[in-house]
Amino acid sequence: MLVPASLDELLASVAADTRADLIAGGTDLMVEVNFGRRSPESVISVALVPELKSWYRSGDEVILNAALTYSEMMRPPLCELLPALAQAARTVGSPQIRNAGTIGGNLATASPAGDTLPVLAALEATVVLESAEGGRAVPVGEFIVSVKRTSLAPGEIIRSVRVPARRAAQEFLKVGTRNAMVIAVCSVALVADAERREVHLGLGSVGPVPLRAPRAEELATSLFDWDEGVPRASEKELARLAELASEAARPIDDHRSTARYRRHAVGVCARRAFERARLPDATGRRSVTP
Amino acid sequence: MTLAPGTTSTRSAPAGTAAPSAPSTLDRPGMTGAIGSSRRRPDGVPKVRGEFAFSSDLFAEGALWGQVLRSPHPAARILGIDSTRARDLAGVHTVLLAADVPGSPTYGLDRKDQPVFASDVVRYTGEPVAAVAADHPEIARRAAALVEVRYAPLEPLVDPAKALEPATPPVHPDGNVFRHISLVHGDVGTEAPVAVEGSYEVGMQDQAFMGPESGLAIPDGAGGVDLYVSTQWLHVDQEQVAACLGLEPTEVRLHLSGVGGAFGAREDVSLQVHICLLALATGRPVKIVYSREESFFGHVHRHPARMWYRHSADRDGRLVKVEARILLDGGAYASSSTAVLSNAACFAAGPYKVPNAHVEADVVRTNNPPCGAMRGFGAVQVCHAYEAQMDRLAAELGMDPVDLRLRNALASGDELITGQVIKGTAPVAEVIRACAAAPMPMPDRQGALGEDGGRNGVGIGEESEEMALPGGAGRSADARRVRRGVGLAVGFKNLMYSEGFDDSAAAACRLERGVVTITSAAAEVGQGLVTLLQQIATEVLGIEKVVVAPADTGIGSAGSTSASRQSWMTGGAVEIACRRVRNRVLEIVAARHGLVAGLLELSGGKVVAFDGSLAEDLETALGDEVVEETVTYCHAKTMPLDGNGQGDAHVSFAFAAHRAVVDVDLDLGLVKVVEIATAQDVGRVLNPLQVVGQLEGGIAQGLGLAVMEEIVLEDGLVKNPSFTDYLIPTALDMPVVRISSLIEEPEPGAPFGAKGVGEPPTISSTAAIAAAVRAATGLPLTRVPIRPEHIALGGD
Repeated sequence: MLVPASLDELLASVAADTRADLIAGGTDLMVEVNFGRRSPESVISVALVPELKSWYRSGDEVILNAALTYSEMMRPPLCELLPALAQAARTVGSPQIRNAGTIGGNLATASPAGDTLPVLAALEATVVLESAEGGRAVPVGEFIVSVKRTSLAPGEIIRSVRVPARRAAQEFLKVGTRNAMVIAVCSVALVADAERREVHLGLGSVGPVPLRAPRAEELATSLFDWDEGVPRASEKELARLAELASEAARPIDDHRSTARYRRHAVGVCARRAFERARLPDATGRRSVTP
Repeated sequence: MTLAPGTTSTRSAPAGTAAPSAPSTLDRPGMTGAIGSSRRRPDGVPKVRGEFAFSSDLFAEGALWGQVLRSPHPAARILGIDSTRARDLAGVHTVLLAADVPGSPTYGLDRKDQPVFASDVVRYTGEPVAAVAADHPEIARRAAALVEVRYAPLEPLVDPAKALEPATPPVHPDGNVFRHISLVHGDVGTEAPVAVEGSYEVGMQDQAFMGPESGLAIPDGAGGVDLYVSTQWLHVDQEQVAACLGLEPTEVRLHLSGVGGAFGAREDVSLQVHICLLALATGRPVKIVYSREESFFGHVHRHPARMWYRHSADRDGRLVKVEARILLDGGAYASSSTAVLSNAACFAAGPYKVPNAHVEADVVRTNNPPCGAMRGFGAVQVCHAYEAQMDRLAAELGMDPVDLRLRNALASGDELITGQVIKGTAPVAEVIRACAAAPMPMPDRQGALGEDGGRNGVGIGEESEEMALPGGAGRSADARRVRRGVGLAVGFKNLMYSEGFDDSAAAACRLERGVVTITSAAAEVGQGLVTLLQQIATEVLGIEKVVVAPADTGIGSAGSTSASRQSWMTGGAVEIACRRVRNRVLEIVAARHGLVAGLLELSGGKVVAFDGSLAEDLETALGDEVVEETVTYCHAKTMPLDGNGQGDAHVSFAFAAHRAVVDVDLDLGLVKVVEIATAQDVGRVLNPLQVVGQLEGGIAQGLGLAVMEEIVLEDGLVKNPSFTDYLIPTALDMPVVRISSLIEEPEPGAPFGAKGVGEPPTISSTAAIAAAVRAATGLPLTRVPIRPEHIALGGD
């Protein structure tokens, strides 16, 4: 186990041992180890790399460093800039897990049920990768390629995630079979971007990777009152929105739920996310009356 | 008599509700430290601080680590086993197979049908095939994986209905039916004007105790072994382990180690034989600690049930006849299946007066995981069905469901469908009335959150009002689509073992230099027996200094810590032993002072005369003299059920009612249990705080079975052997528990009149929640656990 103390040391260690597992909070890796599904020969910890900690604003973007924990995502002012991300973070495990688990880990594991992933999809986040040779930036939709597979190359690490910090309504809803500490049966993230006047929907746990719902997004965009910052839709239009979101899902049957329920529930959540969406005004306050 | 009516305890009171009354308000004035007080448990603080030594914390110098290899198939023939590679791994000390078992190749609680290691066939996924001892747990795991077992998979028998068909090939030479009970009571040809019919199902629940199986075996160098282990019953383990080792029971000494919960899952042998075999084969101490995943395969589960019922009644709502067919899936081996079936049949009609009954009940063998004891023991499954039936009948009659239950409620002197007349207390109407009379929780939340559903200004991660909605932290609810439902259910079961299994309990009381030592083999599994035994000794002897010695097989059996029986049985033994010690002490002191023993008493650690002429410290009075008494306590005799399922099979009964208030998200099918009100027949409260603990814990498990807990099986494979996917309630799922009343009608023959309180909270809480969800949704919902898709997509 190596514990590099700087980004340069980390990149050198990863370059020297491209088969090593990286560990941050260990909330995914150690589950694999404890179940005997993985026996790492070598592990490199990112815990002491200062460059991977925390987050900052850069122009109209927020840069989330890879070792940013779920608990940190829930704290102000970050939770006010990215409320959907904060809400997603709140649904992850227990407080102990949220203190340990990181956004970089959620991306690297690339589980279909990764809670922050539909938010990053709806935000059209960019994943910044780095190796001893240099860096590259990849849209999150290209970073996650299939179930638990990413486009991370040998010797590369996740450096950070870039997301827009524009005026937007953001919502996150997650369905699980208990009221907390549960793997998502499905989840929906919604971002209504006031500057681009677009609604984006990220769907989680209803496909091999976080999905977008282009037809539902198109309808939601057209139904949103961008001047007042509130949704305006009839019952029929809302039902159509739910239907289009369901159609975008590619769910499976497993021991956690059925494909049929997931398809249904993701539509319900998309509709509810849209109904809740309220654009904040210039001071950050959200309008209340629809 | 009612204790502290309206007492509300809480695990997760939603924001805005009043703080619960502190448990200390349950204390009775003037009694501190004896019966009726909330004496604190000695293991409480160490457990909270992480300082309590569980069996997984055991240490012995030079100990090896054991690992068991288990079958990946639900059914397969073993063609051959080659352990050469495992043996050759550095750090491995031994690899044991079936041929290495010196004594009985099989064990079992009821029938010895379960192999220590499978040799020719495996009958369930997880069946042990080999065991390894190595220097390090990781080496042991790797070695187990190197044992090469060649399997020829067979078609598994996973449908219990198919197991009943005569043409189905037997899974085991003993056949596929563990037990059939045909219960015929009264005139089963009687017809009545109103009848309702229904089919019901219960999924496979796990006990989900917190401390996985673990133990340490230390060879004594003379061919025997000392086993330190978590168990519910030291002596029944001892008997089975000794038989498999080919040793005398005296050569296999069991010592109870820190037990992290049990709930029935520690009644059967799990690692006990394997660990002793490894220790004796290597001559070294051996420790085994199951992982959570292995624990799911290492113990029995609650029997899944399929039930068909028909209730017939007259137009006034008097039950005329109950007909039922009950099918329990016992899994691959017998465990306690035959006794679980007996309970299911005996209690099939619920705590009601039923003049005519016909119950056909079977428990069968399949290639599913073995099922056995779990809190409620057969009474839980049928309660789900008969209480749903009572609601159906009430609807058919246009009667209030509570009135229907009251009209048919059993009382002392009434006859059960087994023909047994209840001689003890049976305050069924009292628990129903008290439960139904509990005040309703805070007003319906619908519409209370404002037009936007109360979303604005909600801080992230704060316990907020919206987290109390169905879906909790997932924030998935729309308050406008949440409906509230209320359901009430009543249940009962037997206390102690039944059907002629007349379980006794031995205990010793020793008084030496003013300190009382209580010794027994009774297993404290977290339920609080140690505290109760201290209270009983203090009550009888008037001495505060009471030590409960570690439990081991050095004294006679205490019977199992199950069937809600230890307060009565070991409590009874301790009470009598203490009384005998008290009498001897008084005689000794009386003789010394030339007084009459009958005019002396023990109080506050002193021997005092009624007229104040003597008040002597016990230490002074007795000096070095030690007074010790050992007692074996027996309960009233019971008899097996006859060919018609009739007979005085049970000792005593305990009853409870639950009223559930739930909020249901109609579109997503998610359920939030808002409150459970309960009233329970307890005989007499020995320790109010412990009673509250049992009620809350039992309700948590009942809630789990109602809406989330199920071992998911697919062709005999367990799909969710982890706490990631086997969901048990969190603090956010646990409702406010409102203890409406503890009915105290002292049970004749029971020590201090107290009934066991551990199981009734689990029996009808599930049924009450299911009823409440039905009320909220209007759906039949005949299966538990109710899954979101059953609600959201309409019915099951």
